[in-house]
Amino acid sequence: MLTNRSKQVVKKEMTWVEKAYLPAIFQGLIITFKHIFKKKATIRYPEQKRPIAPVYRGQHVLKRDESGAERCTACGLCAVACPAEAITMVAAERTKDEVSLYREEKYASVYEINMLRCIFCGLCEEACPKEAIFLTDRIVPSTFERHEFIFGKDILVEPVNERLDVTKRQTPEVLEFKKDKKHKHNLTFLDKVIVKKSRH
Amino acid sequence: MQPLLIKAILVVIIFVITLLVALYATFAERKVSAIMQDRIGPNRAGPFGLLQPLADGVKMFMKEELIPSLSNKWLFIIGPCIALLTSFMTGVVIPWGGSITIGETTFDLQITDLNIGILYLFGVVSMGVYGIMIGGWASNNKFSLIGAIRASSQMISYEIAMGLAIIALVMTTGTLSLKDIVMQQDAGFANIVYQPVGFLIFLICAFAETNRAPFDMPECETELIGGYHTEYSSLKLGFYLFAEYINMFVSSAVIACFYFGGYNFPFQTELQNWLGFSNNVLSILQVLAMFGKVLFFIFFFMWVRWTIPRFRYDQLMTLGWKILLPLALINIFITGIVMYFSGSIN
Repeated sequence: MLTNRSKQVVKKEMTWVEKAYLPAIFQGLIITFKHIFKKKATIRYPEQKRPIAPVYRGQHVLKRDESGAERCTACGLCAVACPAEAITMVAAERTKDEVSLYREEKYASVYEINMLRCIFCGLCEEACPKEAIFLTDRIVPSTFERHEFIFGKDILVEPVNERLDVTKRQTPEVLEFKKDKKHKHNLTFLDKVIVKKSRH
Repeated sequence: MQPLLIKAILVVIIFVITLLVALYATFAERKVSAIMQDRIGPNRAGPFGLLQPLADGVKMFMKEELIPSLSNKWLFIIGPCIALLTSFMTGVVIPWGGSITIGETTFDLQITDLNIGILYLFGVVSMGVYGIMIGGWASNNKFSLIGAIRASSQMISYEIAMGLAIIALVMTTGTLSLKDIVMQQDAGFANIVYQPVGFLIFLICAFAETNRAPFDMPECETELIGGYHTEYSSLKLGFYLFAEYINMFVSSAVIACFYFGGYNFPFQTELQNWLGFSNNVLSILQVLAMFGKVLFFIFFFMWVRWTIPRFRYDQLMTLGWKILLPLALINIFITGIVMYFSGSIN
């Protein structure tokens, strides 16, 4: 009786009018006719869009820092954290003339996310110690070929002149939470070494 | 102008109109189903999706033409052709309007006024079942065969009740010519007032004859995966689907002619006398009135389809044999008694 709409089912003999079936059909016709004038539920997708949450988890972005260098250091924590095993990367060492391109000495020469595997849980973002990967409110576009869903750095890294705003996903609470070392996933490799040492 | 030439032009015009109406009926079906389910329906091809039938047609042409290797190839091809042919043939006897005078010649807006029009109509309609049966049999597929068997038994069952419903109408009108039936209704009441039960039986049987929901047992997407046209693809499937919509168009026209005054509209002679327009203008208005009625009934066919679920097979047979057939007989009987006492027969 939660909605007050439940009806007691009675199995009784149908009356003559009910057996004639036509009044019931007529009622049904009226019901369907009324639906002609009701508001349509359709959202005409490319023109209209369903409102999505400000912290919607859609297509990933690899952030650059203020000077335009890539933040990712290819530590692999995102790949480890990924429950769908959608992320792969190849690490490389930065040369002297690449200093402006990469923030730290190690960087990802290849960074791929398979969007067909990805479940958009956001664990990669949580695991990242460098604030390099974020999920954005962009919806991953559909294509016809499987291999087109493996997004490389060409798609994932944000363009220097078109920065993406991810501040909504970087609330102070989130930042605070990420600093809190009592959660195991916030520990970096160094932290773990320290923890191990302190135990001994 | 030569009478033959006029007829030829009329045939072509009606052929094209039939095609157009059937084409847009497919579109209307999708639109009507959509708005009754609170959706919008096709709206991408052209303004309001009006070019959708063209896109569907192109799709039908472009699809791969499959003929099952174990099928009877000739019958497999003939089936849809018969279905389409018979559905086109039924439109011949329907009067679409009064007469039009150009110069010296006056011609009726009807391809041919057979004095046994109703008989012709029934003959052709019952030929239509061969298209479905041959197609279902030639496919060499059990679903197709079940669909074909259902179609034939359903059509035969409902043709009887339909014929008996019409007999009562023929008794009151005293003619088998559609033109005469329509002309009798040009003043006074339409036939539905005299034959309400007959109309109801005829309407229900028309649904069954055109294989429309709730009588779409031969197709039955959910249980027979398309029924008799399971194995069909491309243009031949298009023929079958098209035949269904043409049947719907023609049976709407027949219902309008038999029971709703055909091309006549209320107060037409008064309107003509009052405004004083010529017979040609009146005929054009009558054609519009006819098409208004036809389009309403096409809408009604769709409206019912998206309201009522499909009958179970035994319910279908019970309705046909145990309810409609006795009802039609009683209707004939009562019509006879009333006619006897009112003095129209002795």
